[in-house]
Amino acid sequence: MGGGLVRIGVTVFPGSNCDRDALYAIERMGEEPVELWHAEADLKGVDAVIVPGGFSYGDYLRPGAIARFANVMGPLEDFGREGGPILGVCNGFQVLCEAHLLPGALLQNRHMRFVCDRVRVRVETANTPWTAGFEGGEGLTLPVAHNEGNYFAAGETLARLEDEGRVVFRYLDNPNGSVNDIAGVCNEGRNVVGIMPHPERVSDPALGSDEGLKILRSVMVGAGV
Amino acid sequence: MPETLKIRVLVRPKEGILDPQGEAVRGALPALGFEGVRTVHIGRLIEMEVESADEVDAMCRRLLSNPTIEEYEWEVVS
Repeated sequence: MGGGLVRIGVTVFPGSNCDRDALYAIERMGEEPVELWHAEADLKGVDAVIVPGGFSYGDYLRPGAIARFANVMGPLEDFGREGGPILGVCNGFQVLCEAHLLPGALLQNRHMRFVCDRVRVRVETANTPWTAGFEGGEGLTLPVAHNEGNYFAAGETLARLEDEGRVVFRYLDNPNGSVNDIAGVCNEGRNVVGIMPHPERVSDPALGSDEGLKILRSVMVGAGV
Repeated sequence: MPETLKIRVLVRPKEGILDPQGEAVRGALPALGFEGVRTVHIGRLIEMEVESADEVDAMCRRLLSNPTIEEYEWEVVS
């Protein structure tokens, strides 16, 4: 790639509500944000994709269950299987699990309350395009806002995730009952990452912090920019 | 006119999967004086009218349930 702008796509479904934040965060990094409308089966040649938070299709049936069949998802699934960097945030994480781009599922929070807070997470591995700017082991403070953030994977899948170092983010203070305090995981190819907290919501000191930018900036490190 | 079949699909959390709704209801029943309730599990009932039952199972697998956390059964009601 070398030197050019990184073009980062953000999918927009009916009910997405963090798409603008993600586009803003990308712009703040001096990169080119590209909206990817759900009805168009076209990734517009982007270098990476963020599937943002929100309540796509009203979270009807299960969060992410309907969005997973939107037109944009066909090329997105191909992109992910070919190694393209994808970051699913919150509802985006749920969408990627429903699409089987990531293992496991996000259940209702154990205490059955919507959780809206800031939480501490630890970056467990630098070996993904979205954490390449870290060394691994660093703490981050990120906002969470979800009702179904309780990560679950069956025994064998969970053991594999742990053994293969595919737990990417872990809560230091588990807000939702997630198994093994998991806040984010990656796929086998390590290019698709899902995270429940919202890095794009801390992308400007005016919002209290820009710690989240480091995650979004990592993908540029990976792209050689 | 093709015939109309009424289908009833039952989707529920797999055994051993955390079911916070069921737990909350189990906790609430004794508070109303209903004793002896050992477990409560909450699932989802889906009723459909279809022209053929051929693809109902595929619908259950691909959309109506998430096989990672849920199991389903379905029947033709009429």
